[in-house]
Amino acid sequence: MEAVTSIWFIPALCFELIATAGFIVFIVRQQKWVFKAAYWLLAVGFGFHTIFLGFRYYSLGVAPVLDLKSALSFFSWSIIGVYLVIQARFKLRVLGSFVAPLAAFFMTISTAVPGTQTPVKPIFKSLWLTLHVGTVFVGNALLAISCIAAIMYLIQERQIKRKRFGTFYGRLPSLATLDNINYYAILYGFPFLTLGMIVGSIYAHFALGVYWQWDPKEVWSLICWLFYAALIHERLAVGWQGRKAAIMSIVCFSLLIFTFLGVSLLMGGYHSFDNMGGR
Amino acid sequence: MPKIINIGMNHETAPVALRECLAVESRNVQKALGLMRSLDVVREGFFLSTCNRVEALIVAEEAQEAKRAIVSLLSKIGNIPVDDFSSCLYTYENMDAVTHIFSVASSLDSMIIGEPQILGQIKEAYLQSTQEKMSGVTLNRLMHKAFHVAKRVRSETDICGAAVSISYAAVELARKIFHVLEGKKVLLIGAGEMAELAARHLLTNGVSSMTVVNRTFERAVEVAERFRASPASFDEIQDQLLKADIVVTSTAASEYIITREMVKKVLRKRRSRPLFLIDIAVPRDVHPEVNKLNNVYLYDIDDLKGVIEVNKAQRREAAVKAQRIVREEVVKFEKWLKTLAVVPTIVSLRNKADTIIQAEFGKSRSVLDQLAPAHRQAVDVLIRSIVEKVLNDPILFLKGKAGRSTLNGYLDTTRKLFSLDEGEESSRAKTITGNKSC
Repeated sequence: MEAVTSIWFIPALCFELIATAGFIVFIVRQQKWVFKAAYWLLAVGFGFHTIFLGFRYYSLGVAPVLDLKSALSFFSWSIIGVYLVIQARFKLRVLGSFVAPLAAFFMTISTAVPGTQTPVKPIFKSLWLTLHVGTVFVGNALLAISCIAAIMYLIQERQIKRKRFGTFYGRLPSLATLDNINYYAILYGFPFLTLGMIVGSIYAHFALGVYWQWDPKEVWSLICWLFYAALIHERLAVGWQGRKAAIMSIVCFSLLIFTFLGVSLLMGGYHSFDNMGGR
Repeated sequence: MPKIINIGMNHETAPVALRECLAVESRNVQKALGLMRSLDVVREGFFLSTCNRVEALIVAEEAQEAKRAIVSLLSKIGNIPVDDFSSCLYTYENMDAVTHIFSVASSLDSMIIGEPQILGQIKEAYLQSTQEKMSGVTLNRLMHKAFHVAKRVRSETDICGAAVSISYAAVELARKIFHVLEGKKVLLIGAGEMAELAARHLLTNGVSSMTVVNRTFERAVEVAERFRASPASFDEIQDQLLKADIVVTSTAASEYIITREMVKKVLRKRRSRPLFLIDIAVPRDVHPEVNKLNNVYLYDIDDLKGVIEVNKAQRREAAVKAQRIVREEVVKFEKWLKTLAVVPTIVSLRNKADTIIQAEFGKSRSVLDQLAPAHRQAVDVLIRSIVEKVLNDPILFLKGKAGRSTLNGYLDTTRKLFSLDEGEESSRAKTITGNKSC
């Protein structure tokens, strides 16, 4: 099985890395065909990645997220998937040059981390888990893109404010566009995150008998959720936009990444990879 | 071999006083073309006259004579003696002339590099040249190539990229902040040429409404009428700041009209909507500290000038790449021009063959006349296709040598081999085939 899956994983990794290189060449050279090539390479890589995950799902009987290696590759896959949809809708070429490196980064770490080869506990073989993980990861991917848009906003804003136009000035879109992407990515990402948490607690109820048991991951997820809720509230009620909203969404996403990786690796609890795969 | 010659003056070589003598109106172009046609030395001609340049582009056999004729033509048009302006003229020949006209069309020779009007002016001048029947094979090809080069330069380089005037720079910045200007509101405080120009550019780029404020209300009403804007009194600035997205200030006031406190007060009520202030006044109207507020962007006249300088440098950089494109295209044009040198020899070769066929047909007429028309035609086709086949290889060979340094030797050999230059023979060939197209 391992050999079969790596047949799909390696091309996925290669295509995504080459696409990333293409996106970086694009932001430097600004040639449309480079973008197109990179975009399709990424789409092909995504296709291989999807097949790989499909095989893994089939062989494990559950979404392949139970160890760090799989979780990172799954996260990378969600980011690329969400990006491909956003790109088809908004046609903002420069976004790829920021998103692809992030996805490739997670993908590369995923290859470097050793995988675990323990049988899956029966408790995880549930559709609820797949649903929980699927919604959370789509939400995370959207929030990752909102964070990227926020970073782009801050770069562009700094140039306009300081009146010193670097190489990024012409390559990045207007402040209004970046603020909009940031806003809508959160507006769509937040419900997915919420839904994922609700599904997770229902699943916990079935599997463990309680909805909520103050597991570190649960607590940190709740903190993230509250931060994002606060950001959306400030945007809608007070009219936050631009710089403040961008900084806040970067802070929120840092918390989210900590919850995703830091808590799972450092803090234990039943969400930790040690408890899911090892033993 | 006809020569391409370019004689003219531009904003760099001639003072405006001289240029305006020659470039009075577009009727001049017609007059110049008419005069050119009356000159025997000029085969093809083109005359360009804009506020920054006056130039003639001609194709002629006798370069020196043609140059003298064109200079005296310029003196006739401008009513100035030759000595008064001959030092301001530049003269280019052949590929230098081609390079020059390509550069002019690509706006590399313009006062503001990359300005787009020049191409339209050249197209117009070329149209006049064709209307006056002064353009031929060489000029047609040359001008179309010039348009092609200009198009390439525009699409492959950033030469027309960023703004190089204050008001365009303001519009571009507004676009970088708001993305679209549709639905945005402008507040114009004070009046002045540059501020009004900036306002006008903002309006033509989609800004939906404008309010004009002036120390004297009557003046505000007057300016507002011109822009179909609404006037407001000077005391309302605080209120107007709440509504506006873009503020253009240009008053003669010696103290700051918009202070940090004034803007800070409205920020929360504006729900952090971005505010873009363009301060064109000297001394400044807006306190510089305003730029430090969140989502507020303040540009004064020096900032805008700084932006323009950067953009100008960018265009100069793009011009280097553009010059490479021009050189590439000049080489291509030169190649084409050289194939022209082969044409006369090929034509006389065919003429010679035709003459022989005609003569031999004449000799055998009595026999051929007895044949049925169908047979006679078959014989005719047979002979012509044999001749065609025999000539095919030498002609292909000559075409292949076009542009090589050895070409002249081969042309000479060909002419001798087929004795194409025998006076009587060739003149007879011309008279016989004169009414035939080869």
